[in-house]
Amino acid sequence: MSKKIHLQIDGRDIEAEEGMTVLEAAHSVGINIPTLCFHHELEPWGGCRLCMVELEFGDWTRRVVSCVYLVEEGLVVKTRSLKVDKTRKGILELLLAHAPDSPQLTALAEEYGADRNRFEQDASFCIHCGLCVRYCAEVAEKHALGFIDRGIRKEISFIPEIAAKECNDCKGCFPLCPTSYLQAAFVLVESLAFPSNGK
Amino acid sequence: MTQLKSPEELDNYRQTLSSGRDANTPCIAICAGTGCLAYGAAEVIGAFKAEIEKQGLTAKVDTKGTGCPGYCEKGPVVVIYPEEICYLGVMPEDVPEIITQTIVGKKVVDRLVYSDPDSGEKAIHQADIPYYKQQKRFLLSSNTLIDSRSIDDYLLINGYSALSKALFQMTAEEVVEEVKKSKLRGRGGGGFPAGRKWEGSRDAPGEVKYVLVNADEGDPGAFMDRALLEGNPHSILEGLIIGGYAIGAHEGYVYVRQEYPLAVENINLAIEQAEEYGLLGKDILGSGFDFTVKVHQGAGAFVCGESTALMTALEGRAGEPRPKYVRSNVKGLWNRPSVLNNVETWANVPLIINRGADWFTQYGTEGSKGTKIFSLVGKITNTGLVEVPMGITLRDIIYKIGGGIPGGKKFKAIQTGGPSGGCIPETLLDLEVGFDELTEAGSMMGSGGMIVMDEDTCMVDMARYFIHFLSDESCGKCVPCREGLRQMDRILKKITEGRGEEGDTKTLEELSELAIDASLCALGKSAPNPLLSTLRYFKDEYEAHIKEKRCPALSCKELISYYIDPEKCRACRACMRKCPVDGISGGKNRIHVIDQEKCTSCGTCLDVCPPKFDAVVKYSGEPVPPPIPEEKRTIDRKKKK
Repeated sequence: MSKKIHLQIDGRDIEAEEGMTVLEAAHSVGINIPTLCFHHELEPWGGCRLCMVELEFGDWTRRVVSCVYLVEEGLVVKTRSLKVDKTRKGILELLLAHAPDSPQLTALAEEYGADRNRFEQDASFCIHCGLCVRYCAEVAEKHALGFIDRGIRKEISFIPEIAAKECNDCKGCFPLCPTSYLQAAFVLVESLAFPSNGK
Repeated sequence: MTQLKSPEELDNYRQTLSSGRDANTPCIAICAGTGCLAYGAAEVIGAFKAEIEKQGLTAKVDTKGTGCPGYCEKGPVVVIYPEEICYLGVMPEDVPEIITQTIVGKKVVDRLVYSDPDSGEKAIHQADIPYYKQQKRFLLSSNTLIDSRSIDDYLLINGYSALSKALFQMTAEEVVEEVKKSKLRGRGGGGFPAGRKWEGSRDAPGEVKYVLVNADEGDPGAFMDRALLEGNPHSILEGLIIGGYAIGAHEGYVYVRQEYPLAVENINLAIEQAEEYGLLGKDILGSGFDFTVKVHQGAGAFVCGESTALMTALEGRAGEPRPKYVRSNVKGLWNRPSVLNNVETWANVPLIINRGADWFTQYGTEGSKGTKIFSLVGKITNTGLVEVPMGITLRDIIYKIGGGIPGGKKFKAIQTGGPSGGCIPETLLDLEVGFDELTEAGSMMGSGGMIVMDEDTCMVDMARYFIHFLSDESCGKCVPCREGLRQMDRILKKITEGRGEEGDTKTLEELSELAIDASLCALGKSAPNPLLSTLRYFKDEYEAHIKEKRCPALSCKELISYYIDPEKCRACRACMRKCPVDGISGGKNRIHVIDQEKCTSCGTCLDVCPPKFDAVVKYSGEPVPPPIPEEKRTIDRKKKK
């Protein structure tokens, strides 16, 4: 049995296990923290920054992303605050420029008052949550797709040689995508790489 | 070479080297750093060797290609020892004269020494040149004393004596204490106290620990680390071995960007030589301490200068920073305690061990001790590397060392700390240079880039340039950095193109706040600096662009128009011929007129208009005057003389 850690989340006293993240601890008692790049089967990634929470240490506070911050004895966590909400709103507005119709994003946008038209719309739907890439590497262990390039040019891409062999029977990443971009990309690659399979 | 097995053997070997060399033998040290090589230093070195042979002096004169002495503006730089005569801008054709006059005749070649641009006063010795006078060159001065590819040269200037001292006269804890006492702060950007970082690693649990050199110098216009690695690689290696001993690491890595081929070559050679001499490897100098070093070449990503991204890249994965909240001196490379310091930080270590922390702390300010190397570039008379004590004012760096702004232009701002640093305006030029002082002013020390800008630089465009650079160099993993920079870049571009709207600066500020608050690593957290500092000090320029569609620096292409002053045009046809869009009408004795519809604001007409006429002018924020009527365009040369 691992050691028990006691902390407080949104005023509730919680017992968690050592080595758990704050996000896991919150989820374990049904406290919701919004996430986009988190998946319980995958290593925490810390990319979307949406799960940011506020830690209170007496007079001062610190904001951390809960999917990678480990629980500590006596930690006081607030899952919402003015600043946290502002951060989430900002992140959502940036992402809505890519996927304004994603159901997951629009629901969150409503909760945090994010304006889907704040920024000029982008052609790419992908919000780079990395769920597909990481699922394929960590769970399916096929490495059929990955990120290419970096910065604002970064995108996901299937590796045709592997995709041609593996993807048809798996498609495990499809339901994970919060924007449906992945599916489009897959269909595209499919049509290019193995046209005879076309439906 | 047999391996040196004890400190005595090292001393004896040094003795032998020194007795084999006559201090009075003339030595010609030619800078073979990247800047001077670009000026043709390799040919100069070749010319010296050929001329010495021709005059039968081979046995009597030494020549060496050395590291960068810093005065890049005047390269190739040649220093002649023992007199320390400094010749600037030396070309192969100057070589026979230098040999005949200076080496044989012991006379100074007047035309090659420094001459003050205003007073014409000459300075023969390096130390007398104003550029060097204000500097304290503890790190860089060795560059001209040694052949950067010779370990013997390094030993002759007391090299590896600090290592010997640390291994045999100090415990590992004492070494850490000395570095702590020196208050040495990391020279790479963060400015974290090196001693505390070392202590954290030393105390961290684990058998295997690492020491790492961050030589991924990626700031545009910065070349401090390059000069040290190319010019004096052993000093970094010596610092690293001492660090390894101090924290209990037996392996070190040098992460160097592959865009620095000479640095890669020289550090590899230095490692090979040190191994051969028994200064690296098993049982160093018979101390029982084992240490090896490997060189890893970076694949060209700016973000890999960030400590955790560098470690991820070293592990063989894509260079992305780690999201975890763990200090890398406790869990770093392969999750083991790792001390990562920048090249310049490591180079300071042998000095601190040899001369003591008290010596080191006498230089600098309360919070920032020792010296710092800056690369001074941009609109400045003397471009180059300067090493100054912390606490010197920006004004002294720019005017006393840098020689001020060329071309009679007015100073506008200095960008310090690289792309994620900030700009500092004229009102703050008396600011003392130090980690905390620069951060307070909205900029940062960074690794030591200093880009000087004059009145012709548009501050909005400058911010746009750096934000664009960073949007490209972001690893792209976290949203506030990747998407935030994408939008900031877009908005800034829009403003410089005259499409800025009310509210844009507010959006920029909000995006900046988001990036600072929520980004995963230091790249994103510091990326808004160039934007925020220009908004802080040059808000009027943003407003001029947005409200008046005017670029006060007359630099943003979309916001300026070119006009030929009919009073000044002498119909020389230079601009007509060069205009790439055939947008200038006129002819012999006909005043030239720019067709504003066709003009692309390329600026060629301004560039080619002879200075004696100076007829082309730029307008921004107001329409150019209407073209003069056809009938008034003829120049009557008899009347007008």
